[in-house]
Amino acid sequence: MQHTDYSAKVIDHFMNPRNMGELEEADAVGTVGSPACGDMMDIYLKVEDDRIVNASFKTFGCTAAIANSSMMTEMVKGMRLDEAENLKNRDIEAALDGLPPHKIHCSTLAADALHEAIKSYRERHTTGAQAEQKAVTP
Amino acid sequence: MSVITEKSACMGRIYVDHAATTRPLPEVVDAMIPYLREDYGSPQSFHVLGSAPAKAMQHAREQVGALIGAPASQITFTSGGAEANNLAVKGAAFAAQRRGKHIVTTEVEHFAVTHSVKFLEKFGFETTFVGVDKYGRVDPQALVDALRDDTILVSVQIANQEVGTIQPVAEISRRVKERDAKIIVHADGTYAVGLIPVDVDELGVDLLSLTAHRFHGPKGAGALYARKGVRLTPLIHGGVQESGKRAGMENVPAIVGLGVAAARAMEEMAERVARVRAMRDRLERGLIERMENISVNGHPEHRLPGYLDISIEGIEGEGTLVRLDMQGVAVASGSACASMALKGSAVLHAIGVDEVLAQGSILITLGMDNTEEDVDRLLEDFPQVVAKLRAMSPIYGQRTHYFR
Repeated sequence: MQHTDYSAKVIDHFMNPRNMGELEEADAVGTVGSPACGDMMDIYLKVEDDRIVNASFKTFGCTAAIANSSMMTEMVKGMRLDEAENLKNRDIEAALDGLPPHKIHCSTLAADALHEAIKSYRERHTTGAQAEQKAVTP
Repeated sequence: MSVITEKSACMGRIYVDHAATTRPLPEVVDAMIPYLREDYGSPQSFHVLGSAPAKAMQHAREQVGALIGAPASQITFTSGGAEANNLAVKGAAFAAQRRGKHIVTTEVEHFAVTHSVKFLEKFGFETTFVGVDKYGRVDPQALVDALRDDTILVSVQIANQEVGTIQPVAEISRRVKERDAKIIVHADGTYAVGLIPVDVDELGVDLLSLTAHRFHGPKGAGALYARKGVRLTPLIHGGVQESGKRAGMENVPAIVGLGVAAARAMEEMAERVARVRAMRDRLERGLIERMENISVNGHPEHRLPGYLDISIEGIEGEGTLVRLDMQGVAVASGSACASMALKGSAVLHAIGVDEVLAQGSILITLGMDNTEEDVDRLLEDFPQVVAKLRAMSPIYGQRTHYFR
């Protein structure tokens, strides 16, 4: 394939990625993929009152991988955590006006990274009552 | 030469992916046209329309022979390098199978050879794949050690398609023949013939493959040299063309183009090699100066003049390739994401390049149509692209996670 097989949106998010970099004092980080496979993403989230107020990424990967992480971080800003938990890879793909078939896994990676980050946030921010319950149950 | 360089400057694009293919010379194209227009006859025809095509093909055969130091009569035209390699490997194996069914080759051959020997396994042939050192070079002793009493064929490339390393074919050939003169030695020259001097007697090989589009000839024409007395079972049956070795209407225009490209390559070889090597060396030095944590793959000395394969820490190859492409620079990459099969480079793996580093590999191949300005532009653009991608990468530089 040639780069012209990528949509204009994919190319835009690849050449001019949004929200690139680490978030200082992030509330959650999700990491998926492995460099040996050619795809790895770190997603950083800042959360206030169960709402994502900021998101950023660092990605080792191809054009599609970078574009998907950039688009996904744009989409989740302002979302409530439960909304973001329901974000699917095809939503990200649609926002990018589609991906070549052999690159769809890059959108899955971005969705997985987001969900990992949210999961890590939830684990670290269980409410007092839940924490007590956890402590009691053997 | 000047027409090519003017054109690429006009387009604002620079082409440094000569490993993939090369632009046919204007005179190659001019030589082909009559055989697409008025001289369209079949070389096999007895009537006068066959005359010009037949003569042109004979001339091309002599031009190709001259390039590799072989008589025209030992040249069989094919559709390209893949077919020449298939004919060499399968053709020689099938013809010699009564003597044995063992083949020796290397771990870094082009797929046309590797897949051919794998295919032969279905017919009871066995292949030993000899490894290479960290430069991609095969040790002749290791190859000789792999020979058995039932070995009938040794196939080794002259130069590697991915890192450009040149193999010690002459030594391998000599030592194999010392051990058993009946073993057929095939050299895949599809990445070397037309680019560096190749002579079938100096190398001592029985079979040699080559392809036109590697050295500014057209796509669709290649050749297999077969030393007199070496038997080949044809792959394509159906007629008397190519002395019965390869049936089918010969691609006269492309073959004529191949001949012209071969003649020019022979005349200009020394000059092209010197100029391309000088540009490549300057590019290599310059990139090493401007970028940290990169390594060059391939043999420092025995390497094709235009080849520069670099592994770049922290970034992925396809993204690098696309960014460069957006800026008008055409290169290649060995990363898995840059292949439609999503498979990483077997050659880099065989050399022992770290899996992750292999994902960040870029292959730049200069050719005679590149200029010093092209090198300047690469020295400017490449480090910028790499810096931008490294800033984005979670595995380059320090990772600092903060938690509230």
